[in-house]
Amino acid sequence: MSAADAAGASLVGVVLVSHSGPVADSVAALARGLAGADAGAPVASAGGTPDGGLGTSSELIAEAARSVDRGAGVALLVDLGSAVLTVKALIAEGDELPEGSRLVDAPFVEGAVAAVVTASTGADLDAVAAAAGEAYGYRKE
Amino acid sequence: MSETALDAAFFVRWMTAAAAAVDREAERLTELDSAIGDADHGTNMQRGFAAVVKALTEGEAPATPGAVLTAAGRQLISSVGGAAGPLYGTLLRRAGKALGDAAQVSAEELRAGLSAGVDAVGQLGGSAPGDKTMLDALVPGVAALETSFEAAAAAAGDGAVATVPLQARKGRASYLGERSIGHEDPGAASSALLLAALAEVAA
Repeated sequence: MSAADAAGASLVGVVLVSHSGPVADSVAALARGLAGADAGAPVASAGGTPDGGLGTSSELIAEAARSVDRGAGVALLVDLGSAVLTVKALIAEGDELPEGSRLVDAPFVEGAVAAVVTASTGADLDAVAAAAGEAYGYRKE
Repeated sequence: MSETALDAAFFVRWMTAAAAAVDREAERLTELDSAIGDADHGTNMQRGFAAVVKALTEGEAPATPGAVLTAAGRQLISSVGGAAGPLYGTLLRRAGKALGDAAQVSAEELRAGLSAGVDAVGQLGGSAPGDKTMLDALVPGVAALETSFEAAAAAAGDGAVATVPLQARKGRASYLGERSIGHEDPGAASSALLLAALAEVAA
């Protein structure tokens, strides 16, 4: 789907999964902010455990994915260890996440910005995943 | 190995015994995890297995061995909160799926099912024996199920102890490099508890 087709069509949703609630929330705010005020792509954060501790909650992740699902797929970006494993296990489970949910291999912060900006143009899930993954190629020294 | 037929009730007893063992040893698991991890393995496992027991004993219990393990795996994924959740959840769920919907399974079918679960854990974590993970207890433990439940428990226990001199290559402990040497892996320790609980209920 091209950006021109995007009007009226569904946008890819983005879920940010971190061990920490504040990290997930802040990266979501950063990505929304850098994507521009009119950015339409739905973004949700799923950080920490339901009681506010550090860790990963499959319930919070599934809830976040459902909340951003517009029928065009959901890109899940993750930070460390159990965030990676929990999303992989949820995808293997098959029926916990909306159809078209994908774990995107990308750096968390940079990938989130790239994913949200790209999704906001109406790009499809492949393009969103590719843009987020390309963020690995940006060297800092 | 004997021709014992194992039914759903046996599997519920196994999960209940595993929960009791995790309760009993939670402090030790957390102590091991404070040396090379983030010091929450005991409490995470306690929370996970408490949810397993609750799901299996309140209301209608699953009717087949496969359904018991699948339900237990699902609870672990959703309630542990750390990496152990998806790893143990995958182990039990994959084993449960391998057992299918048979009302009873043989010990050999259980071994084959757990073996499929162990393979899935290795795939999920991208790990192999020698990486200082739960696989160092599970792989020899499940292989020894060919002999007996007691042999499996002993092999898993030995496997856990054998992680002490290893350097961690997976998870948070891997960031410690050589400083991870000299400590038993908490995941291997809890895996040994799981197989010890199996031997306990089979005795």
